[in-house]
Amino acid sequence: MNYHWNWGIFLEQVKAGEETYLDWLITGFGWTLAVALTAWVMALLCGGIIGTLRTAPQRGLAFFATCWVELFRNIPLLVQMFLWFFVVPELLPRELSLWIKQDMPAKEFVTAVLCLGLFTSARVAEQVRAGVQSLPNGQRMAGLAIGFTLPQTYRYVILPMAFRIIIPPLTSEFMNIFKNSSVAFAIGVLELTFQARQMQEDSEQGIETYLAVTVLYFICAFVANRGMAFIEKRSRVPGFIATSK
Amino acid sequence: MIEINNVSKWYGQFQVLTDCSTQITKGDVVVVCGPSGSGKSTLIKCVNGLEAFQQGNIVVNGTSVGDPKTNLPKLRSRVGMVFQHFELFPHMSITENLVIGQTKVLGRSKEEAQERGLKLLDRVGLKSQADKFPGQLSGGQQQRVAIARALAMDPICMLFDEPTSALDPEMINEVLDVMVELANEGMTMMVVTHEMGFARKVADRVIFMDHGHIVEDATKEEFFGTPRSERAQQFLSKILSH
Ligand SMILES: Nc1ncnc2c1ncn2[C@@H]1O[C@H](COP(=O)(O)OP(=O)(O)OP(=O)(O)O)[C@@H](O)[C@H]1O
Ligand SMILES: [Mg+2]
Repeated sequence: MNYHWNWGIFLEQVKAGEETYLDWLITGFGWTLAVALTAWVMALLCGGIIGTLRTAPQRGLAFFATCWVELFRNIPLLVQMFLWFFVVPELLPRELSLWIKQDMPAKEFVTAVLCLGLFTSARVAEQVRAGVQSLPNGQRMAGLAIGFTLPQTYRYVILPMAFRIIIPPLTSEFMNIFKNSSVAFAIGVLELTFQARQMQEDSEQGIETYLAVTVLYFICAFVANRGMAFIEKRSRVPGFIATSK
Repeated sequence: MIEINNVSKWYGQFQVLTDCSTQITKGDVVVVCGPSGSGKSTLIKCVNGLEAFQQGNIVVNGTSVGDPKTNLPKLRSRVGMVFQHFELFPHMSITENLVIGQTKVLGRSKEEAQERGLKLLDRVGLKSQADKFPGQLSGGQQQRVAIARALAMDPICMLFDEPTSALDPEMINEVLDVMVELANEGMTMMVVTHEMGFARKVADRVIFMDHGHIVEDATKEEFFGTPRSERAQQFLSKILSH
């Protein structure tokens, strides 16, 4: 192999501009973090609500939640990205559609967060539902018997335990969201994968580029994993042994 | 205090309760017994609306439980309930278990709720465990906390669904003692249990259920003297002999 290795490439200036390639990757890393973390907050909120509704006694609400989950988890993420970016704005009223296409600030970023957040919310919702259903029915009864309304019973009794139980599967969703955020490059978000492609073309040092990017993604997933492990440890209930129903 | 009038309930095609009627007057202790699957738990859960029923009505302290207009959470907050498997909230300390209902449902201040909770914890002999978590207590201790949690809401009556049947034999008495004390203080109680010693000591009446029917509803003296139904006699001889 007569590849010309050049690890100093990261400090060199890009062909047309003042910045170095390292600046490009750092910008990309920043956008990756921004997309993934914002989408994660959205996924937790929506997933928590939708997962809860799936276990609600009201048929209509449960049906709505089921539709949500099926819709967002049965279409490939990349296709969803294109749908939100190219198709959805066309379906909106003319004024709004024009505004989105021409004036909306950070249009790519907002679209990517929305898409990734909703996609992940469906997966989080399934975990939340499983967590709620793994709790003995007596807990719900005890909450209601004390005089809590059903929402209060979820808020104070069921969800605190359900979320503790599902920390391990949530950890892998959290790690996935960093990896899945790379799909945002397809609609032009300047995140890590986008910047890597640009650097590869500009510098023709593809191997160094993708090795560096690999390390950065690895760090994300690793930190996410450790962070969740820390939360799991902090929220552990003294004397509680997970019981299966 | 509690009036149950001609209550029937179905799970799909399966009839769990058939035409059940009884009354519990203020201060009475009524023990409900009967074979497994006879509908005891279902009946007691109908009293505070944890289970819905299709026919008849139940009136608790003047409020109709089955009426769609009834504010069930409010009614339930006045009716204490103790479960077979304790059902303490595992992620809260013992004190938090005692406080949360008082603050979130009754609107008491945290200080007031804590004071009331600790007083009741002392009463069931567990003051030293206030900062532990449910998973760190024995079954008998957990059940006593569960009773204290129900009492913290100042209930007008108490429902017990087999409060001792998940306990090891040596822990049964510590729970029964608390219940006997409660009965002697004049609490209105409906107790599903097979502890006939408890029934003998404090019950005013004993109800015997079989296949969703109230087969026998008699004073303690009548019931332990000569149960009128053959099924109750068979049941009694079985549980008294072991
Ligand atoms: N959710 C349900 N769906 C269908 N059938 C049920 C349900 N809950 C209870 N049953 C049935 O209703 C009948 C009465 O149940 P219940 O729990 O009231 O009995 P029990 O007298 O309390 O028995 P045990 O002594 O075992 O607690 C049983 O045959 C049971 O199988
Ligand atoms: Mg039962």
